[in-house]
Amino acid sequence: MSGFAKPLKIALGLAVIIGLIVIPMNFNRYGLFILSQWAVMTIAAMGLNLTLGYAGQVSLAQGAFVGIGAYAAAIMTTHGWPLPAAIVVAIILSFAVGWVLGYPALRVQHHYLAFVTLAFSTLAFLVFRNESWLTGGIYGISNIPRPHFFGIATNKPLPFYYVCLGSLAIVSLAVWWLIRSPWGRAFMALRENPLRAQSLGIDTRRYTLMAFAIGSALGGIAGGLYAPLTQYIDPVPFNLSLSLDLLMMVIVGGAGFFLGPFLGAMIAVLLPEWLRFTEGYYLMLYAIAVMLLLIWSPTGILGILDRTMAARRTKAASALRAVAKSRLETVQ
Amino acid sequence: MSAVLEVTNIKKNFGGISAVADVSFDVREGEILGLIGPNGCGKSTLFNCILGQLTPSGGEVKLDGKVVTGLRPAELNKLGVSRTFQLLQVFPKLSVRENLILAGQEHQGSMASRLVGRSDAGLTDAANQMIGFFKLDHLAAEPAGGLSYGQQKLLDAAMAFMGGPRLVLLDEPAGGVNPSMLSDLKERLVAINREKNATFVVIEHNMEFVMSLCSRVMVMAEGKVLAMGRPDEVRKNPAVIEAYLGH
Repeated sequence: MSGFAKPLKIALGLAVIIGLIVIPMNFNRYGLFILSQWAVMTIAAMGLNLTLGYAGQVSLAQGAFVGIGAYAAAIMTTHGWPLPAAIVVAIILSFAVGWVLGYPALRVQHHYLAFVTLAFSTLAFLVFRNESWLTGGIYGISNIPRPHFFGIATNKPLPFYYVCLGSLAIVSLAVWWLIRSPWGRAFMALRENPLRAQSLGIDTRRYTLMAFAIGSALGGIAGGLYAPLTQYIDPVPFNLSLSLDLLMMVIVGGAGFFLGPFLGAMIAVLLPEWLRFTEGYYLMLYAIAVMLLLIWSPTGILGILDRTMAARRTKAASALRAVAKSRLETVQ
Repeated sequence: MSAVLEVTNIKKNFGGISAVADVSFDVREGEILGLIGPNGCGKSTLFNCILGQLTPSGGEVKLDGKVVTGLRPAELNKLGVSRTFQLLQVFPKLSVRENLILAGQEHQGSMASRLVGRSDAGLTDAANQMIGFFKLDHLAAEPAGGLSYGQQKLLDAAMAFMGGPRLVLLDEPAGGVNPSMLSDLKERLVAINREKNATFVVIEHNMEFVMSLCSRVMVMAEGKVLAMGRPDEVRKNPAVIEAYLGH
């Protein structure tokens, strides 16, 4: 069966990629903005999926890292630095801060860790708001330029959408490589059974810090794209509710699944737009849809798929076992 | 014969309770040392103190003559000390092969080289050999969680050998394993002991298993060493009989 499924998967993947490149060519300004936002939020959610979904470390601070990346990019590009340089700085900065935020995780876990990261999220928000010499305070930073690549300006929505999509592609490849490497296996071991992981030589301290740092760095990349996307930033979008939104994307999509953040971000960013025709009710419908989904499948959308496939495999396996058993009995 | 492991005056107190009280012993290169004693006598606590899972309240642990007291479990594992736990500790969602690769990967290269290198850390062949050695061939690609209890117990033991350890501490390897699989397990342990010159310390309640597997047996009671010697000596020791029959 898997021999058949693999080409099918590749074909489907290619179709989606081509679709993401071709179809938006006819989109209007707003449609392209929403789709670019989806790409940016997917990157941030992939980071959180690494920290939470794979390595099992709860974080309510991913939105703060998007903010750190956004401010780094906004400050640098408005002072004449090119965006790629600003994104490199955003990565280094959020990696370093994420590493430090990982230290509490070496002592506290689960709800307690959630509260530590929540406090950090608030702290970051206060820095964005109060340190106006650097961040512009409540007035924010406006006129954030969009980059030129190889002499091509990305001021218009379509070229900048391709910048976001291209970045998403690069990040996806990197994350895919990471999770199928021994590191991915070590992260999972950290989540499933830290005690056993240690006894197998897995340095759980270093992997915990790495999980936080890398996940946060992806948040920083997302921020570095968010600033030129909106071209204006202030502290409000990076408050706790962004962290909660990102957490919801990871959970709804399916924590610990590679494709989870893509689906989760799609639901969080696009579903409210699709529900707009219901006017005043759209947020309520959206909330109800998310609740129903999580009641039906606590492991998210991809959890449903995973369960169906596991059930099918078990059926196949028990059928094989039954055949083997009946053969044994005939031999006897 | 040189000592691989020397434990000197190890103590562990939990509040006012002394779980391990002044235990000293050594483990000789290549031997299989059995560790028996009634439930709650401090066997597993002693293991945890040796392996860095718990910090001993006092005493010293030496590996190949070097003090390793207080090292973290992962560091000790890198030095060639491996273990299994009393309860099953496999990774149920990973396949049997992936479990074994995970168990060996941290012994391959550096952290950075594992990030850029091969996804299996070059361990697929080694894992397959281990799978063959433990006769789990037909289950290599199955998720470990789908195996029977006895098979998972074999996998659990196999994982402890993936890093090529010099010293392996096994906590109740025979618990809950059916008799036919148990003789398989014993045969495998003896083979690894001989072929790879690995030294074992085995906690076990199954007397027959311990007495036939081990070259020496240490008996603990109430946190102390009650007796130490060849299986036949220990079996006749009045203090041992008292400890087992008295409780």
